[in-house]
Amino acid sequence: MDVQEKTYCRVRDLGLIAYERAQDDQKRHVDDVLAGGPQTILLCEHPAVITLGRLSDERHILFSQKYLEERGVPVHCVDRGGDVTLHAPGQLVVYPILRLAERGKDLHAYLRGLEQVAIDLLARFDIVADRFSGKTGVWIGPQKVASIGIGVRRWVSYHGLAINVNTELGLFDLIKPCGLAVSMTSVARHKKGNIDMGRVKQEFVDCFNRRFCFDV
Amino acid sequence: MFKIVAPELGEGIEKATVACWHKSVGERVSSEDDIAELVTDKATFNVPAGVSGTVKKICVAPGREIRIGDTLAVVEKSHD
Repeated sequence: MDVQEKTYCRVRDLGLIAYERAQDDQKRHVDDVLAGGPQTILLCEHPAVITLGRLSDERHILFSQKYLEERGVPVHCVDRGGDVTLHAPGQLVVYPILRLAERGKDLHAYLRGLEQVAIDLLARFDIVADRFSGKTGVWIGPQKVASIGIGVRRWVSYHGLAINVNTELGLFDLIKPCGLAVSMTSVARHKKGNIDMGRVKQEFVDCFNRRFCFDV
Repeated sequence: MFKIVAPELGEGIEKATVACWHKSVGERVSSEDDIAELVTDKATFNVPAGVSGTVKKICVAPGREIRIGDTLAVVEKSHD
C-alpha cells in the first residue's frame, strides 16, 4: 500500500459507546471524508452487542431473542460484509474511514492491510499472531483474536476490525463467530492478565499509521 | 442508454452478490447516488450510478451472484 505522499490521519477515541451512537458518528465521518475531510480512524468499545453482516445466517446466533434480551445483549443487522460477530467491553473496535481510491481500489489488499496492523500490534505485546489461509481475520495459533468486516461507499471505507484485548470470552458462546467453528481468544488470555486499553490504543494508532503510510 | 456494470473490486475478486437495490425502475438517479449494494465475503460495496438519468431496467435480483463486469442495471441518461 504505497502512497506517494504521507498525510495525517485523524484519530477519534469514542471510548465506551453504544453501538447505534457509534454508527451515527461513523456515518457522519464517512460523509466528511467524502466531502474532502481528513481520513479518520474511530476507536471505541461497545457494550455487549451482536451484529449480523449482510450475508449472515441467523442460525449462527445460538440463543433466542428473549434470552439475549434478558442477558442485555441486543442484535443489530448492519451494512458490513461478514457473518455474525459480537462486541463487548474490553474489545478494541476500530472503524477506519479511508479513501481506498488512493490505495489502488483493492478490497482484498485493504483487508490484508487491516490484518497486518493487528498482527503488528500483537507483536508489540510479544504475541505471535498470523492469518489463517482462506479466512479473513487474525489468529493466535488455532484461536481467533481479531475479526474484520468492512463496508465501502464511493471507495471510502467504513466498519473495520475488532480485536479482543480484555473481552469476556464466555460471551462468544452466544454465537458461532463469523459462522465458523472457531474458539476465540484475547490478548489478556495470552498475557495472563488484563492489558491497559490506553496503551493498546496508542500502539494500534502507531501500527496503523505505519502500515497505511500516514504520518506518525 | 447507459449500462451500469459491476466494477472491479480488487485482485482475485471475480464474483459478488447483489445485497440490495437502493433505486427502483422509473426512479431518477444522479451520478453520485448509490444504486446497488454488492457484498463479498467480508465487504459490502455500494455501486454509484455514474450517470444522471432514470433507471430503466434492473438486471439482477437481490441475493443473486454476479461476475465482475456483468451489467447490473440500465439507466436512460438525462440531458439536463
